[in-house]
Amino acid sequence: MAEALLEVRNLKTYFLTEAGTARAVDSVSFSISERQVIGIVGESGCGKSVTALSIMRLIPPPGIIAGGEMLFGGKNLLGLPEREMESVRGNEISMIFQEPMTSLNPVFRIGEQISEVLLRHKPISKKEAAEQTLRLLRQVGIPSPEIRVREYPHKMSGGMRQRAMIAMAIACKPRLIIADEPTTALDVTIQSQILALLDMLRETEGMAILLITHDLGVIAEMAEEVLVMYTGRVVEHARVKELFKNPLHPYTQGLMRSVPGREGRGKKRLEAIPGVVPSLLALPLGCKFNTRCPYSFDRCFREEPPLAAPEGGHPVRCWLY
Amino acid sequence: MLQNVNLLQVKGVKKHYPITRGLLRRQVGVVKAVDGVDLDIKRGETLGLVGESGCGKSTLGRVILGLEPPTEGEVFFDGQNVSSIKGEQLHQLRRRMQVIFQDPYSSLNPRRTVGKTIAEGMIIHDIGTSAERAERVREIMEVVGLRPEQINRYPHEFSGGQRQRIGIARALAINPDLLICDEPLSALDVSIQAQVINLLEDLQEKFQLTYLFISHDLSVVRHISDRVAVMYLGQLVEMAETEELFQNPKHPYTRALLDAVPVMDPDGAKERRKLGAEADAPILPDLCLFQPRCPQSMPDCAQSAPELIEVAPSHWVKCLAYDQAGTPKS
Repeated sequence: MAEALLEVRNLKTYFLTEAGTARAVDSVSFSISERQVIGIVGESGCGKSVTALSIMRLIPPPGIIAGGEMLFGGKNLLGLPEREMESVRGNEISMIFQEPMTSLNPVFRIGEQISEVLLRHKPISKKEAAEQTLRLLRQVGIPSPEIRVREYPHKMSGGMRQRAMIAMAIACKPRLIIADEPTTALDVTIQSQILALLDMLRETEGMAILLITHDLGVIAEMAEEVLVMYTGRVVEHARVKELFKNPLHPYTQGLMRSVPGREGRGKKRLEAIPGVVPSLLALPLGCKFNTRCPYSFDRCFREEPPLAAPEGGHPVRCWLY
Repeated sequence: MLQNVNLLQVKGVKKHYPITRGLLRRQVGVVKAVDGVDLDIKRGETLGLVGESGCGKSTLGRVILGLEPPTEGEVFFDGQNVSSIKGEQLHQLRRRMQVIFQDPYSSLNPRRTVGKTIAEGMIIHDIGTSAERAERVREIMEVVGLRPEQINRYPHEFSGGQRQRIGIARALAINPDLLICDEPLSALDVSIQAQVINLLEDLQEKFQLTYLFISHDLSVVRHISDRVAVMYLGQLVEMAETEELFQNPKHPYTRALLDAVPVMDPDGAKERRKLGAEADAPILPDLCLFQPRCPQSMPDCAQSAPELIEVAPSHWVKCLAYDQAGTPKS
């Protein structure tokens, strides 16, 4: 494999709340290379978005990055002065959010917002920036860009806004795009267009994509490799084909079985995962999934399993293996 | 009273909203949120109503509940015309139709305890004494999987899935016949979604409920529905028994919708039927509304509008590509 573009090692992001320390991300490690798509999947509160924000160093207080390393092209992002980090954000690593309406500024025209990114990071004139903005809008498939460039976000549909957001994210040709639930707010037919666009850009621009989603279907279509997260920890890490063929962790298996609709009605009850995700402030002893796991045994309640690969398998955090 | 086979009949329902402009609120146009929908729901049946945002599925739900008067057309609930009755009769009818909403955060009053929330319907409909109501609340909490001792808690003390259970308990407390579920799972995580789907199915069996299940999620609809209706821009474009619709979709929009759902199979890279981008082209009111985006549009589509026709037993399609016999025109 090519040299890693980003290598995250033992990332720890904690939120120091009055009620205690919530370990939102607890020793997460992975690496991503050029043109690669890595997926992070999990349910709300599992730490997938906090992982993304940590890479951008955009953790709001009372959150802190409590430990770990993030090597990006040889630099440790955690050691960079804020000033240098600013030239990484939006330039070398950029981010696409779930809701384009809240992440675009409603009082500026689309064109102005994209040009701003270019002017901020590149030594170019306003005129050049305007030209590049038009080119970018065309590249992300926005029809009649000469008109759209002068519009405000609220005039555009959700799909168009997400395209504009992507245009902004790729403006400086970043090497890594972090896409946090990029299609969750969109209708399915628009979702498939946006996923196709991201895939095309990865191909033509050679960007790597860190794709964060709760939707296993999106992971199956887009990613090469996937991390399954639960309560701030990676519980399974595998190549996508391997994960869907042979899911090892009981949580991953449960997630897959919870998705309805592959067989018709009345055939089978869904095998739901019982219970709820425990609070990060009151995690159980031992394995954090032990409150909901159908296979748990005494060791699961005493000791937390490490993330380790059984022979011939992929890394999984479970005492069954 | 004569029992109708169809608990609910929707006949030619239209809901148009005027677009007004200026100081005098001059009408400059009209939004056809629902534009001529016919459908029936049999007793004990689950009808899935799918479509993308803005297709009018929630508006149709509100018209059925009598929360919005239809611009045209009629809704019959157990033989009674919902849109023409008033006063006490409407009040009685409303007891038999209940709704659960998408967002369990905004649809519960944060300042009211769970017990009060669930009892509200019984108070409005003057059912039972206060002791009987309290008993009923405990009973129904248990049925939906909440602990009766949580009766005095407030909504913020519950997780999303549990709040949705509170919403379901509130709807069921007064023994309705029809439950309109408007995207009841969209705000929930997958593992919790599955719990609520199972609960809805158990309750249907236990109380012989009839469901109108409104959702944009095709997998959920496939799992829970007996029949499915597909809406596009205010109109029904296809309706059939669930498996017939999923195995043998006929309308190009239905097919595109099914194709767009990502599958949990990394090897099954599908040939996607690409839909034209969102309609930038104008939609012509007298023609097929899907025509500007349709990958299979024909010269005929620029001439006349299709009717909803039965192309196979209880399989209805609104597309010019099919003639009365249900065979594609060459």
